[in-house]
Amino acid sequence: MINRLTRGRALTAVAVAGIASVSLAACSSSSSSSSEAAAGSEAPAASSAPAASEAPAGGGAPVAVSLITKDSSNPFFVAMQQGAQKAADEVGVDLTIGSGKQEGDDQGQIDLIENAIAQGQAGILITPMSVNVNDAIKKARDAGLYVIALDTPTDPPDVVDITFATDNCVAGEAIGQWAAGKLNGEKATIAQLVIFNDRVVSVDYCRANGFLQGMGIDVPTLEDMNSAAKTGKYTTGAGGDYEIVCVEATGANEEGGKKGMENCLAKNPDINLVYTINEPTAFGADSALEAAGKTIGTDVYVVSVDGGLAGVQAVQAGGIQATSQQYPLKMAELGVKAIKTIADGGAPPENTSANGQFFDTGVTLCTDDPQDTVTAAPQENSQYCIDNAWG
Amino acid sequence: MTTQTSTVTPILQGKDLVKTFGRVVGLDGVNIELYPGEVLAVVGDNGAGKSTLIKCFSGAHVPDSGEMFVNGEKVVFHSTHEAREGGVETVFQTLAVAPALDIASNLYLGREVRKPGFMGTIFRTLDKKAMREQSAAQLRNLGISTLQNITQAVETLSGGQRQAVAVARCAAFGSKVIILDEPTAALGVNESARVLKMIQDLRDRGLSIILISHNMPQVFEVADRIHVARLGKRAAVVTPQSHSMNDVVAIMTGAMTVPVEEQQLAPVR
Amino acid sequence: MSSPSTGTVDLAEEFMGRRSTMQRIQGALHKYPWLSPLIVLAVAVVIFYLLNSRFLLPQNLSFITQQTVIVGTLAIAQTLVILTAGIDLSIGAIMIFSQMLMANLAVSTTASNVLPIAGQNPYLAIGLGILGGMAAGALNGFLIVRFNLPPFIVTLGTLSIWTALTLIFFKARTIQGPEIPDQLKWLGSTFKIGEFQLLYGVILMLIMYAIFGYILRNTAWGLHIYAVGDDPNASELSGISTKRVIFSVYLVAGLIIGIAGWITIGRVGSASPNVDPLLNLDTITAVVIGGTSLFGGRGTLIGTLIGAFIITVVENGLSLAGLDQAYRVLAVGILVILAVAVDQWIRKAKA
Repeated sequence: MINRLTRGRALTAVAVAGIASVSLAACSSSSSSSSEAAAGSEAPAASSAPAASEAPAGGGAPVAVSLITKDSSNPFFVAMQQGAQKAADEVGVDLTIGSGKQEGDDQGQIDLIENAIAQGQAGILITPMSVNVNDAIKKARDAGLYVIALDTPTDPPDVVDITFATDNCVAGEAIGQWAAGKLNGEKATIAQLVIFNDRVVSVDYCRANGFLQGMGIDVPTLEDMNSAAKTGKYTTGAGGDYEIVCVEATGANEEGGKKGMENCLAKNPDINLVYTINEPTAFGADSALEAAGKTIGTDVYVVSVDGGLAGVQAVQAGGIQATSQQYPLKMAELGVKAIKTIADGGAPPENTSANGQFFDTGVTLCTDDPQDTVTAAPQENSQYCIDNAWG
Repeated sequence: MTTQTSTVTPILQGKDLVKTFGRVVGLDGVNIELYPGEVLAVVGDNGAGKSTLIKCFSGAHVPDSGEMFVNGEKVVFHSTHEAREGGVETVFQTLAVAPALDIASNLYLGREVRKPGFMGTIFRTLDKKAMREQSAAQLRNLGISTLQNITQAVETLSGGQRQAVAVARCAAFGSKVIILDEPTAALGVNESARVLKMIQDLRDRGLSIILISHNMPQVFEVADRIHVARLGKRAAVVTPQSHSMNDVVAIMTGAMTVPVEEQQLAPVR
Repeated sequence: MSSPSTGTVDLAEEFMGRRSTMQRIQGALHKYPWLSPLIVLAVAVVIFYLLNSRFLLPQNLSFITQQTVIVGTLAIAQTLVILTAGIDLSIGAIMIFSQMLMANLAVSTTASNVLPIAGQNPYLAIGLGILGGMAAGALNGFLIVRFNLPPFIVTLGTLSIWTALTLIFFKARTIQGPEIPDQLKWLGSTFKIGEFQLLYGVILMLIMYAIFGYILRNTAWGLHIYAVGDDPNASELSGISTKRVIFSVYLVAGLIIGIAGWITIGRVGSASPNVDPLLNLDTITAVVIGGTSLFGGRGTLIGTLIGAFIITVVENGLSLAGLDQAYRVLAVGILVILAVAVDQWIRKAKA
């Protein structure tokens, strides 16, 4: 009996262990950074704001804003946090910084949104993890908070008041156009290193499928990264045959990028075009390609999105041939200022993007080998991008 | 039966042992003597202080006051290890064997033998071969022949065989006293009989044994003397010859008292 | 009951006869717990080869060994811990802390203003990084032994602590390959055996398996690890200091994790705090698939090594077969449950 009981308990422990290391680890919505922010500014004042008045912006209390990113370790989000903090200090906004524990930690973001509602803040800047946070965002808006999506639009886009973003589809399209121009009719043997294969996230499919569309490959379903035909013809530029060897999930980090690239090379060593979801993934892919004896920039082209400092330095050094640069600092900065303006009684921002769905903070294609085929974004050389890079 | 002081030195003795746990009194001034080459049964109701007494001798508890002697020499045991060093081995009800380990590893658990030379000193290699051979010899010496394969995991053995392994471990290292805590509690009739036979064999080899048991028929079968514990004290020491099972139960429950002069405090063997 | 009819006796005999074959299998698995994972690995290799013959190309085999190196090394630590009936959820976090410490010590400038430690001798950096891992392991062991806390809770806590400290100390900055001295990346270099590329890190991992396999089998400390996990009370009563054994296991686990940090820098080519967040689970999966019992006291390192390879082989093989990643996750899940079920069954074996 005793033995059985112990086993039962141990089994439960295992089960819990499994859940815990996935979700417990994830949901303790990180907050080294938020506590730093709280310590640095008047957090107690912010928490007493709802008691003081129903309208958060009223009566001399500082305007409180939450910035909620996907995680606190990706340089892109770290830069975003820094940009927001700088703007907040400038205009006198009380900023609370928080994030999910990692990509995919929906609950961490939901908790932070609810905290912002509970504190009666004026607005939220969020890089939404997935559709799972939509309900929480609606709750926030119902409570009178102005919600701006940063970098990644919600799905559907009207869940938030407005989106400040780089158009990820356009960012993907630009590198796709570049790749088609560079290949100039040669057969494209493509590896796609994405973030997930088990979750549908707009930044993921928009960049990956935007890339294919940029090459002139038909994508039947934008949300499905496996929907394009595995072989066929690309039409941009000179046009030619293509083969998609693999769509590998990498978690958007170096180690995953390397593992994913290896698996793709194992499947087909003749890969000559590698799409990567971001630059850390590209570094991992570079490492695998070099280990396989490939010369990057000659045998194989690596393209990416983000335009972080290390990323555009890699463009200069030859590890990446083209990357779409985005401006997270600018996004966060503009976001903080917009909420301050609204809280002070000013007008909300208007959509400026081509499709009128969001406020476009712009994208630049960074490459030292510009192609005529690129129409989606302006092309600049690596030095320009280094000067304008974040992180 | 006239004298209450024996000329024979007890091999294990407790004098006025007291042990309390907060307000609960486990031992309330117990005296106990075990003489060489005898089986002393310790019986008593639950809470009479049997296990507390045993745990003092085995080093699991340190008595609050009172003294313990091994072979007339005063001892203090702070751990099971010290008790074992002092020559008192206890086979706990839980047997204290590691089920997944083999018989030889269990016999030598906590006192493993290393290989001679640099393999033992530098690489700390265990001398498995020697441990196995000696284990097998030990089991043969004890007349435990049912265990053929010394590399068998203990969990694959029957309850009686496990008991045999636990006892063999105690006997293996030349200890003077073996305390057996309810050795037959989990066993069937046949296995119990084998274990009782083993107890008698061990006594015949000159070992001194304290047997804790609830099972009166078994106690009367193998014990030379019976120490009856009651309310943290010694109620009486009798023999299977001097008193009946019913008498012993009566003493346990306090329904009967035995005058000191009718008790068997001296050795019978 | 006392006088069964002849019919039931026959039935019983028949039943017993059939069982004895199963019992023989059960007995064999009991004696060699790595046998079932080995069979799984062999079957998986055959299936994946049939699905895509590229699977067995030397290049792919070298990928598989390289992809196993991080989880494989960490799983040594996890095995030691699980053998004591414990669990270490902080393995991944400590490993990341350890490698970030190493890299930040070795580079010429660091983003960290909390720990202004940059510019150290590379060997010193490696040593201190491994020492950092040991310190983290010692903290786990201390909390578990001193305050009698369940390892699950302690390591759940330290998982967060080391993740946070990594962010606080090192500002979550990825240290790029070119910044890192070669000594730190040395384990990431390879040499060729024909077409097959062997990573130095893999060799180090295999050496560690050999060393710890030897220790577990042939030293008193190793035996005590099994005994403590098997039955802590019995071990204590047998004169083993269970606390000392458990503390030393977490300490040694920290050492292994620190070395794994070094291997990871080599394997990845940079030092990033974003290494696979599922490392903890993968190590536990490798250990369990490898036939080590989560209840402690039973298992082998060779089983864990096979288990770690099974994870990689399944992922890589299904990838080559063109299957979606979701199926890989599914396959690993099924394997884990099978492994635990087999473990339960084996425990009932009678020789």
